[in-house]
Amino acid sequence: MSEKIAITVDDLTVAYNYKPVLWDIDLVIPEGVLMAIVGPNGAGKSTLIKSILDIIKPIAGSVKIFGKPYKKQYQHVAYVPQKGSVDWDFPTTALDVVMMGTYGSLGWIKRPGQKQKKAALEALEKVGMLEFKSRQISQLSGGQQQRIFLARALVQNSSIYLMDEPFQGVDATTEKAIINILKELRKAGKTVIVVHHDLQTVPEYFDWVTFLNVKKIATGPVKDIFNDDNLTKTYGINYKVSIQQ
Amino acid sequence: MTLSEYFSLVFNDYTLRTITLGTAVLGAICGMLGSFAVLRKQSLLGDAISHAALPGIALAFLITGAKNSNTLLIGALISGLIGTFWIRGIVKKTHLKSDTALGLILSLFFGFGMLLLTFIQKMPNANQAGLDKYLFGQAATLVESDVWLMCIVTGISLIVLLVFWKEFKLLLFDVDYTKSLGFNTRILDVLITSLIVLAIVIGLQTVGVVLMSAMLLAPAAAARQWTNSLGVMIFLAAIFGAFSGVLGTAVSASSNNLSTGPVIVLIAATFVIFSFIFSPGRGLLFREIRYWKNRNDLHLHKTLSFMYSIAKTHDDISHPHAVKILNNFQGYTKRSLKKLESREYITVNNAMWSLTQKGYNKVVNMYNQQENND
Repeated sequence: MSEKIAITVDDLTVAYNYKPVLWDIDLVIPEGVLMAIVGPNGAGKSTLIKSILDIIKPIAGSVKIFGKPYKKQYQHVAYVPQKGSVDWDFPTTALDVVMMGTYGSLGWIKRPGQKQKKAALEALEKVGMLEFKSRQISQLSGGQQQRIFLARALVQNSSIYLMDEPFQGVDATTEKAIINILKELRKAGKTVIVVHHDLQTVPEYFDWVTFLNVKKIATGPVKDIFNDDNLTKTYGINYKVSIQQ
Repeated sequence: MTLSEYFSLVFNDYTLRTITLGTAVLGAICGMLGSFAVLRKQSLLGDAISHAALPGIALAFLITGAKNSNTLLIGALISGLIGTFWIRGIVKKTHLKSDTALGLILSLFFGFGMLLLTFIQKMPNANQAGLDKYLFGQAATLVESDVWLMCIVTGISLIVLLVFWKEFKLLLFDVDYTKSLGFNTRILDVLITSLIVLAIVIGLQTVGVVLMSAMLLAPAAAARQWTNSLGVMIFLAAIFGAFSGVLGTAVSASSNNLSTGPVIVLIAATFVIFSFIFSPGRGLLFREIRYWKNRNDLHLHKTLSFMYSIAKTHDDISHPHAVKILNNFQGYTKRSLKKLESREYITVNNAMWSLTQKGYNKVVNMYNQQENND
């Protein structure tokens, strides 16, 4: 693990209609980690990701990507939104959605060409979806849609990947396939941050973890901080029984 | 004048040609931009904007005293835009949801517009007659300059659409992702909304404020049924829109100048109903047919897998069995047996059936296939 810092979150506070969703978050994420963000429903996990991506404007605090604001660094960041955030009945094909991953580097107006198409096909192959490239996206299963979203992020070929519940509603095979890709990304030196729900798999999948429940509870290597104490602080109930290593 | 007379006159008669061209262009641009409204789930925005335009028309007349359509349309544009911004403001600054904001602004502006309209009608001024055509539209009043305006707006929209095609597609599908890629979604949003407002305003004279939104939505809704490609959908919506415009105007002009708006909308609705029923991929008819076919297949599969469970206990899968043993099993009929035979899954011989290799493979793959289709 290098000493370079990928993401710095400083005093971040976000509120919807007076109700704080994130409260005074400080977070320093080193480059090259595979990190899970865990916390109960409504803990602000998605909001944290969206704030890092500058999609949600905080009422206080700042986020830096490799030391600079997001606006200047968006080319280094790839985003996998929650699958349910889009209308899958949209008239388009799987390949077309993956091609969207190239739009950022193309910038305004310029159209994708052969080079972009090739990159999209490669990404589709990587997630095992090449044979579905011409499929209308509503005809894909939940797990396949998730893989399409992953492929779209892979096409961006970024240094940082932010994923909002990529394992939601996927079967065991797809979950394994996705985690293998994530581990590959980390091996290639990328920083991968994943909103995750299944506490059982945290030690197996991730090397870093952030406990979040409106406030940040803890952040660090899984082997140091993934313990009953932090789990109890985050979820408010005793986890001794359920998480035994 | 009958409908056929109308169409034979279109090519010679200057007025008819102007009107026909105008409504065709209008239908096309409305279909095109309406696709965006439908895909953004902002279908009602068009309704609110068009109703919000009414007080602008009335005020423009009161202030300038002119009945020139361009002056009135500028009034419509301004009040339509004010309505749009208020809707956005309400959604942004209050806890109200967008449907409430749309409903509020729509009725508020329309009510105010109607008030002004009745006030104008009571004025001792011979010039006032004819403003009410903006309620339901009167294509017969289109003149060449109106058609030019429509063509210019359509041209601009088409260019903007082609230039920002990639960005619009991204925005329509996934707003948050668009932001994360560094695109300014505000600019795109303002651009597309302005175009929709423009299209509505130039359509008011022809279709009227009350039904203008149908002109946006109906062609797009019909087009969505026929294709799974965004480009084809927008193209089809433009074609459907143009046809509704031309046919509607023809019908209304050939029968005592009926209000054009309602006729156009009814014809557009016909396109929608036809598409909902008969489109091959998404239409109700084919869906029902597929449903019945699947149901029948399911019965066959049930019978077949029961046969499989008997046959697999033998070394030879094609070992013959009496048809009678199937009797205990629901779902078996003479017809289904024949069907299985015609698909070469089984052979039937003297009240004995035996599974073929093909039938055997079918059962083995049946469960995998279901997983794949899931």
